[in-house]
Amino acid sequence: MDAAALTSRFPATQDLAGKDMPTFRVAGGDLLAAVRFLRDEHGFDLLADLCGLELQGRPVRFGVVIHLLSTTHKEYVRLHVDAVGDRVPSVSSLHPGANWHEREAFDMFGIVFEGHPDPRRILMWDSYPYHPLRKDFPLAGIEVPFPAADVAEVTGQKVEPAPMMGGPFVSHGGKLSEGEPSALDQSWTEEKPKA
Amino acid sequence: MVKSDFGYNSKVEGEVIVTRADAVVNWVRSNSVWPMPMGLACCAIELMAAGGSRFDISRFGMEVMRFSPRQADCMIVAGTVTYKMAEVVRRIYDQMAEPKWVVAMGACASTGGMYRSYATLQGVDNIVPVDIYISGCPPRPEALLDGMMLLQEKIRQEGGSLRRTFRGRTVETKIVS
Repeated sequence: MDAAALTSRFPATQDLAGKDMPTFRVAGGDLLAAVRFLRDEHGFDLLADLCGLELQGRPVRFGVVIHLLSTTHKEYVRLHVDAVGDRVPSVSSLHPGANWHEREAFDMFGIVFEGHPDPRRILMWDSYPYHPLRKDFPLAGIEVPFPAADVAEVTGQKVEPAPMMGGPFVSHGGKLSEGEPSALDQSWTEEKPKA
Repeated sequence: MVKSDFGYNSKVEGEVIVTRADAVVNWVRSNSVWPMPMGLACCAIELMAAGGSRFDISRFGMEVMRFSPRQADCMIVAGTVTYKMAEVVRRIYDQMAEPKWVVAMGACASTGGMYRSYATLQGVDNIVPVDIYISGCPPRPEALLDGMMLLQEKIRQEGGSLRRTFRGRTVETKIVS
């Protein structure tokens, strides 16, 4: 696909010069029109993936990345969209396959997809109060009531933070872990309970 | 004197066998365990292998996998129990008729395994009383068979009631035979 086709049609679009595939940063207001334009006029008829992003230390906290595939031209295009606050337009009306991807991005990051036909959680249970993949969420979890009140009454079980000491996903400091601050909370363990 | 003379000998005792009701009931129960395959992750693949011809769980009288809890008396929890699924596991356990047993198959069902995370229940013994824990990630089918034979041994030694430890206290269920 010619990159100029998209940038001339949508002037707010920025060409990010992707090394593996054409990559653009699309303004939230242009997203639906751009996806429709790519689908109807350039043959990008398959939504291959839709992911949520949390960009730490940048002015825009949340974003979405969409990969579109053309099954006729055998090529991909990648679209970055910055959220306005935590809101991004839903592309489920153009690509029904985006439905569950957007529900997952909502569940894990709390990104609200405007115009989504079924904006429920998909992985965690409906009453869960947090969005676990956010950087400020501890890997071990936060104590909340058990999903079913009657089972909680019989068993006395709560949703408890998992003990992390020696866990296989927890690195012990150093350079590798700098990108994952939520895994660094080693202040409490099985031996030393949380204060 | 051969060893069998100590047991039942039709020449000595005729057509009559004298024993305890518990022993007969437990013998019957232990040799016809009907498992409820609570397959939640990769352990379920090994559970299926144990049911296949190579390992053949039916050699020990526990091949009658029932996917309805009403028809099962042993729940094999094979896999990772998430908090979202824990509710379902408990409900299925509640729907099984007494006497019933629970086998925690593999690291995840026993302790949460490698899933030390916000989403995973840290051991199914938090919500149901577990009789046998099987180590492994996943356990080989032989390990499952060994665990199930241990369960049979446990069933054979039960008295007039089922005694289990659940969340640090002993729960006793009277069984009317």
